[in-house]
Amino acid sequence: MPLITSSKSKPEYDVVIVGSGAAGGQTAYTLTMEGAKVLMLEAGRNYDPVTETPMFQTNAQAPLAASNTPDKNFGFHDATVGGGWRVPEEPYSVRRRNQPGWHEATDWNALTTDQNWMWWRSRMLGGRTNHWGRISLRMGPYDFKPLERDGLGLDWPLGYDDMAPYYDKVEMLIGVYGSNEGLENTPDSPNRTLLPAPAPKAHELFTKKICDDMKIPVVPIHRAVLSAKQDHRTVPGRLHPHNAKAQKIIGNHMELRQACFWATPCGRGCSTRANYQSTTVHIPPALETGNLDIIPNAMVREVLLDEGGKTTGVVYIDKLTGREHSVKARIVVLAASGCESARILLNSKSNQFPNGLGNSSGMVGRYLMDTVGASVDGQIPALENLPPHNTDGAGVHCYIPWWKYREQLAGKLDFARGYHIEFNGGREMPKPGIAENITNITGGGYGKRFKEDMRRYYGSFMNFSGRGEMIPNENSYCEIDPDRKDKWGIPALRFHFQWSDHEIKQAAHMHKTFQEIIESMGGRVTSKIQTNGRKAIYPPGAIIHEVGTTCIGSDSKKSVLNQWCQSWDVKNLFVTDGGPFVSNADKNPTLSIMALAWRSADYMLEEMRKGNL
Amino acid sequence: MDPKPTKLNRREAIKLVAAATASITVLQQKTFGAAATIAGQPYGVDPLLNKAYKSGDFWPLTLNTEQRATVLALTDLILPADDKSPAASEVGTVDFIDEWISAPYEGQRRDRQQILDGLAWLNQQSENRFSKKFADLTLKEQSAIADDICYLDQASDKYRIAAEFFASFRNLAAGGYYATSQGWLDIGYVGNLPTDKFEVPPQEVLKKLGL
Ligand SMILES: Cc1cc2nc3c(=O)[nH]c(=O)nc-3n(C[C@H](O)[C@H](O)[C@H](O)COP(=O)(O)OP(=O)(O)OC[C@H]3O[C@@H](n4cnc5c(N)ncnc54)[C@H](O)[C@@H]3O)c2cc1C
Ligand code: SF4
Repeated sequence: MPLITSSKSKPEYDVVIVGSGAAGGQTAYTLTMEGAKVLMLEAGRNYDPVTETPMFQTNAQAPLAASNTPDKNFGFHDATVGGGWRVPEEPYSVRRRNQPGWHEATDWNALTTDQNWMWWRSRMLGGRTNHWGRISLRMGPYDFKPLERDGLGLDWPLGYDDMAPYYDKVEMLIGVYGSNEGLENTPDSPNRTLLPAPAPKAHELFTKKICDDMKIPVVPIHRAVLSAKQDHRTVPGRLHPHNAKAQKIIGNHMELRQACFWATPCGRGCSTRANYQSTTVHIPPALETGNLDIIPNAMVREVLLDEGGKTTGVVYIDKLTGREHSVKARIVVLAASGCESARILLNSKSNQFPNGLGNSSGMVGRYLMDTVGASVDGQIPALENLPPHNTDGAGVHCYIPWWKYREQLAGKLDFARGYHIEFNGGREMPKPGIAENITNITGGGYGKRFKEDMRRYYGSFMNFSGRGEMIPNENSYCEIDPDRKDKWGIPALRFHFQWSDHEIKQAAHMHKTFQEIIESMGGRVTSKIQTNGRKAIYPPGAIIHEVGTTCIGSDSKKSVLNQWCQSWDVKNLFVTDGGPFVSNADKNPTLSIMALAWRSADYMLEEMRKGNL
Repeated sequence: MDPKPTKLNRREAIKLVAAATASITVLQQKTFGAAATIAGQPYGVDPLLNKAYKSGDFWPLTLNTEQRATVLALTDLILPADDKSPAASEVGTVDFIDEWISAPYEGQRRDRQQILDGLAWLNQQSENRFSKKFADLTLKEQSAIADDICYLDQASDKYRIAAEFFASFRNLAAGGYYATSQGWLDIGYVGNLPTDKFEVPPQEVLKKLGL
């Protein structure tokens, strides 16, 4: 993409945005479409999905048949550049089970780690949106007011109705497939907003048949994938009602984006722009407005403050030269992912803010959350020896939304919040490890018999994974590590984390449910069922739904930001990533990050127009 | 997925290597032509992805002639030709295994130790039983050895370590074999093919599932 270098930046911008992922991308899109001059600073390198994505490469064409390695934690072809569970130049500190003191985080396998936090980062234009799972679920009305509903956690200073129009817009802009099912706390979208749900796969239909009897709903999932081309004639007008230029630009890009061809793993990215990643959906039209400059390899260290208590811009290190630069703007937006934005604030110390910028409440870094994860594998005899057919599709097509709101509210469950189930199966592209499950069943063997076993059992395995709500707690937070710095001398983070009983018991409930489903399907569980939730739950951070740490609220003493994601302390400072979240519903967070960012950017535009910012 | 999730600190890794070395003594085998040491570099956190690689592109392969011959023979014993697909030796499974055990990563280094020890053991057994190298045995003779070690939970104590090797080797060989286009055809993976519309499963599939 056409980017600029440090020396080419303008003397001053309306807005400087730190980060180019879901949050930075959406913020930049909304602002530049309305004419604001924006500079985006991205710590990673430039990245062009159109030319760089390995679309049809097979596992056999990659080293180690594309297995996970310490360099590429999710396999060779995964889109992630420059990171994963560890970023070589940017350490962080964790506790380890049964070991005193602080340790540098070095693990690269979230299933076996004993770290108290796993922090996934990517350092590339577009951040983690290049390879995310594209699951895009709206939070529901309960999810914004959990405290009001069951007395636990925190309420958002805004409700579902405030967010709904922004969910509509984000869905229309990025393109989300799915259906409206009218289920409790699982919002429908307005007509002509979602793209058609793709047909279910065989194992999804079979799961549905069994779950129907168990009164567990199996419905189409929502994912940011173009199951059909976007309607470039009507959607632009609904997105930007009085802005002909914006309509023209985005209409043009919608025409250029191709519909999904159901063949290649979305986690590698999509060169035909058929799914959402910031680098194919947000950034190209934003650049076309002529209002956006992007400097890659720009590692932001701190936010600058003037004597009047307003920010004037940021300081960053150009990673290519090692030199320090500062840029000026009327507004500073942090969108570097929750924890990283908190880190920048905590490292921006001044006489006015000795504990970090915008931290008069002492809440920066607090209420760190991830999603509760637990999973069970099973083998389903009914799926053995199925006639070969193409089950690639684009990731999952169906899921199980939380279905026990009533029982839970009535106190019939021993945990307070729900989870949804993502399940996988089918005849996936063979990869290393393919024989392990099978020989676990057959005992081993070799020769012709072994080849027959492989044919028989391939495609008969399923995995059920729970994604559950975590309630924010006082014991989970990040802070600056006084003893560790990154390669550029920027103080690193260290992490504190604890689950509450609600998450632990929820994880045990997941295992029990998955066992019931698998057995009802006539299958056998092939992983270990844990009745102790502590053994069932994935390590903190493992689900990569990093939210919290710059919480929004209605009380400036108890929160960092107001409902517009604007700092209470510094009026022209905003955080638009997952940091503002004060609850982490079971719904994967990214769609909500984007909706919240759009809303926040609209507010910035309004305040700039009014002359308040 | 990594066939064997690896997370080892240095100390544990050293312990494991020591244990694996000890297993050689347990098996009373003589070392044979030591493989070249691992000299290659990891591919790093930002390799070029949009490219088709082959074994040896990132790091040199290290199996010596005798080891290669043993691997070839063993992969063909595990994955022989039949009416659906060719033998492992015809699709380059040996190169995949060589690449794997030559890789400069912790987990693969650990596998390397187990695989090389196992190959040595196999030849030793062949010598003991038939006075020939494994690769030179008849299918029947090879099977006689394999039958003792191919079911991990049935292996007698004296074959336990060899059976563990066999299981790992089979897993690795299958990983390489089924990743190839011939492997896809055999097992019935028919994806990676663009289509306009994602279709509901074929009638015969639905019927089989009672849908
Ligand atoms: C494998 C995987 C699957 C996922 N699946 C889903 C899913 O299905 N659904 C879902 O909702 N979410 C999913 N997520 C989570 C999703 O990726 C994130 O929620 C989303 O990307 C967050 O957007 P962000 O802009 O806050 O952060 P990011 O996308 O991470 O972007 C932040 C950017 O800021 C840059 N940056 C960081 N620090 C600095 C600095 N100091 N200076 C300058 N730039 C900086 C980073 O390099 C990065 O590019 C998944 C994540 C992973 C890893
Ligand atoms: S499955 Fe569809 S959306 Fe996903 S990468 Fe392939 S073409 Fe793109």
